[in-house]
Amino acid sequence: MPESASKIRVSCEINGKAMSLEAYPMARLLDVLREQAGLTGTKEGCGEGECGACSIEMDGALVNSCLIPALQADGAKIRTIEGVADTAELSAVQQAFLTHGGAQCGICTPGMILAARNLLSRNAQPTESEIREALSGNLCRCTGYTKIFESVLQACRAQRPRP
Amino acid sequence: MENRHIGKSVPRKEGREKVTGTARYVDDLTFPEMIHGVTVRSSVARGKILGIQFGEGIPWNEFTIVTAMDILGKNCIALLIEDQPCLADQFVNHPEEAVVLLAHADKYLLEEARRAVHIEVEPLPAIFTIDDSLARKEIIWGDDNIFKSYRVEKGDVASTWSGADFIVEGEYETGAQEQLYIEPQGMIARANSADGVTVWGSLQCPYYVHKALVRLFGLPKEKVRVVQTETGGGFGGKEEYPSMIAGHAALLALKSGKPVKMIYDRAEDMAATTKRHPSRTRHRTGVTREGKLLAMEIDFTLDGGAYETLSPVVLSRGTIHAAGPYACPNVLIQSRVVATNAPPHGAFRGFGAPQSVFALERHLDRVAAAAGLSPEELRRRNFIREGQTLSVGQVIHEKVQMDKLLDRALELSGYHQKRARFAQENPHNAIKRGIGFATFLHGAGFTGSGEEYLASEAQVTATPDGKVRVLAGSTEMGQGTNTVFAQIAAEAMGLDCEQIEILQPDTSLVPNSGPTVASRTTMIVGKLVETAALAIRKSLLDAGFLKPNHSANDFADACRQYIGKFGTLQSLVKYQHPADLHWDDGKYQGDAYGAYAWAVYVAEVSIDTRTAEVRVEDFVAVQEVGKVINPILAAGQIEGGVAQGIGFALYENVVWQEGCMVNGQMTNYIMPTSMDVPPIRVFFEELPYARGPAGAKGIGELPLDGTAPAIANAISHATGADVRQIPITPEKLMELLEGVHA
Repeated sequence: MPESASKIRVSCEINGKAMSLEAYPMARLLDVLREQAGLTGTKEGCGEGECGACSIEMDGALVNSCLIPALQADGAKIRTIEGVADTAELSAVQQAFLTHGGAQCGICTPGMILAARNLLSRNAQPTESEIREALSGNLCRCTGYTKIFESVLQACRAQRPRP
Repeated sequence: MENRHIGKSVPRKEGREKVTGTARYVDDLTFPEMIHGVTVRSSVARGKILGIQFGEGIPWNEFTIVTAMDILGKNCIALLIEDQPCLADQFVNHPEEAVVLLAHADKYLLEEARRAVHIEVEPLPAIFTIDDSLARKEIIWGDDNIFKSYRVEKGDVASTWSGADFIVEGEYETGAQEQLYIEPQGMIARANSADGVTVWGSLQCPYYVHKALVRLFGLPKEKVRVVQTETGGGFGGKEEYPSMIAGHAALLALKSGKPVKMIYDRAEDMAATTKRHPSRTRHRTGVTREGKLLAMEIDFTLDGGAYETLSPVVLSRGTIHAAGPYACPNVLIQSRVVATNAPPHGAFRGFGAPQSVFALERHLDRVAAAAGLSPEELRRRNFIREGQTLSVGQVIHEKVQMDKLLDRALELSGYHQKRARFAQENPHNAIKRGIGFATFLHGAGFTGSGEEYLASEAQVTATPDGKVRVLAGSTEMGQGTNTVFAQIAAEAMGLDCEQIEILQPDTSLVPNSGPTVASRTTMIVGKLVETAALAIRKSLLDAGFLKPNHSANDFADACRQYIGKFGTLQSLVKYQHPADLHWDDGKYQGDAYGAYAWAVYVAEVSIDTRTAEVRVEDFVAVQEVGKVINPILAAGQIEGGVAQGIGFALYENVVWQEGCMVNGQMTNYIMPTSMDVPPIRVFFEELPYARGPAGAKGIGELPLDGTAPAIANAISHATGADVRQIPITPEKLMELLEGVHA
């Protein structure tokens, strides 16, 4: 950051907790989350919005946190992988990724789980092609995506309200 | 006895940490007083370093600055040989060569400083192609630009040509491919003269890094410690390069007296680290009217880049796999890997075999056409069988089921029905469909006497409370080492997988199990783990502390009693090379691999002839890999490998300019997304391998070999285009299609 820029205070809600962070206005939200808030579950894969490893939810929308300047987060509601499970229990999506082989090396997994969760919040019973579309901004080099699709489908099944 | 854990999809051992985001990768770690490091690189492909200027406006006195002069040991990255410097001194031989290292607490200032360093280089003529290197346009390495060459001979090719009814020739090329693990390379180092050097990082082979650091710092072995952090993918890309970044981080740490973190951004990672070797293969094949292969002459050349690194070994595997799973009586393979002024090419899943197998399997479809046979029939008439010999003279003693695998793959893919249907439909459609396949084998473990030289070790220990620990230098990078080792140990000891702890690889704690490469971890190291686990159980049984059908509590009681009486309960097992496997390194003849995986892959494609865009519509992968230890993990290996193979075949195009990758971004170097992969349908035939743990063979690299040629053959089937080069981008395919219709 150029020395002329001075840090600002960013107040936002992260994973349900009010936070006040100090950051340069154009600092990447990714860095602010990882370095100021200590939330290292959000990963950097490319730094240019292509791979989705840094995906988070901001005011309900799935975004690449490497492309969001810190000042834009002021007043926002943010959810990261650390806020996906409400309790010690895994969420249905996390459990499905664990059981059905949706995670291999794990580096894309937090972003992938956020993307899957975001899809299911809009569409509780997506088709496979809707899943493909929704995850197309999240690159995975390990799985060939097959077990990721399976994990998301299984998570829908687990979440489906029983008659 | 019924298997309790083998053949079961036990959930990934470290999976919970991965799905909750609590797994700690190198960039997630911080140390007190830690500062950051960056690399300043040459930018000129070949030249003499005249000087280094540090520009105005940067408070240089706050920076730690390292050059070759700061190296205390030998300025090299020790691997097979020591030709590659850690930091270029005097000369640079590729445009990404590291010359200066900088460290500072402020990452942003560090980036400005990097841009303010100017390395003055007097350029020398450089070479960038296989042809220029072979023609010795400039001698840039050794006496002749050749890192290594091999000659494999079986029978007598020269006297056979006159007996052939058809002779088919062809030249095939494959491009560089970036491993593109989603976690870039990274390392943290701490170093001082009293304690030596410790590094933590993303890596596949802790003992490779250890060896390199010992040499670079001139330290005794016990003064160097290498710890693997959770690793976000490797695929070969973290086999040799981590020694470089570890060396850089450690040099900065020693000079600054502070822990130094170096994390590459994507652009630097893609530009500077290794990629799959570009290749050119020439085939000349003699075949009878009946479709019997009489003679195969194969000329295989790899572009190795500026330094030797692992090129001789990559060439070796590519050479041995070049003639495939066929029983041809006369084979001559000549191969070499040459120097160019590009960053060194290196390990990438498949390790030379995907290049030579692409050429062979594409070529055989052309041979079949020349002989008037279907691709299927030509292969059936030449598949190797038990008792026959491969090109290197290895007699196959295992049961080979290539016909059965082919039957199953063709049936599952609906191959014959689709061929008939596409023949009817294609003439009326702008979108042409095709289906093609490849039949292939992949040797597991190090080649020849490699495993004997490695002499890997693994250890299993038990604690008084009945906890079992596996100590191995094998790394988990997503492929499932932790889970598979836990299953193997639990099965051998009659325990639950939860009772097995897999120690994080740390050279101060775990033995050298060899590198985590070459499809060797499950088969070779897994066997050591199994043997050690069985030995512990036997100790408890023999001592009378344990009865055969025991509970977890009984086991803990037995451990407590045993350790109370004898002090410790552990077993360290060293690899023993089977006495019946022989290899002659001079003649390049013998038992190249202890076991092979066998496979048939079928790809169905559609091509929009208006845009020349190819889509893979369906993919069937049938393979025999011995006993499958964990079906979900094993299928995951194949699915992921097939997706990488799709990228290799269609999308992943490294654009070179004077030895630089100029499309080093994920926006213009395209890997498959969730929209690009077909249903990948994976099937296993299970023939337990007597020497593998619980009957398992190696699996990791296999899927890279057959995917690209299956796709290329499908494209040729759909369009008549004679695909000789991959990646077959729309631009290249359009040129071929214009040729077909001209």
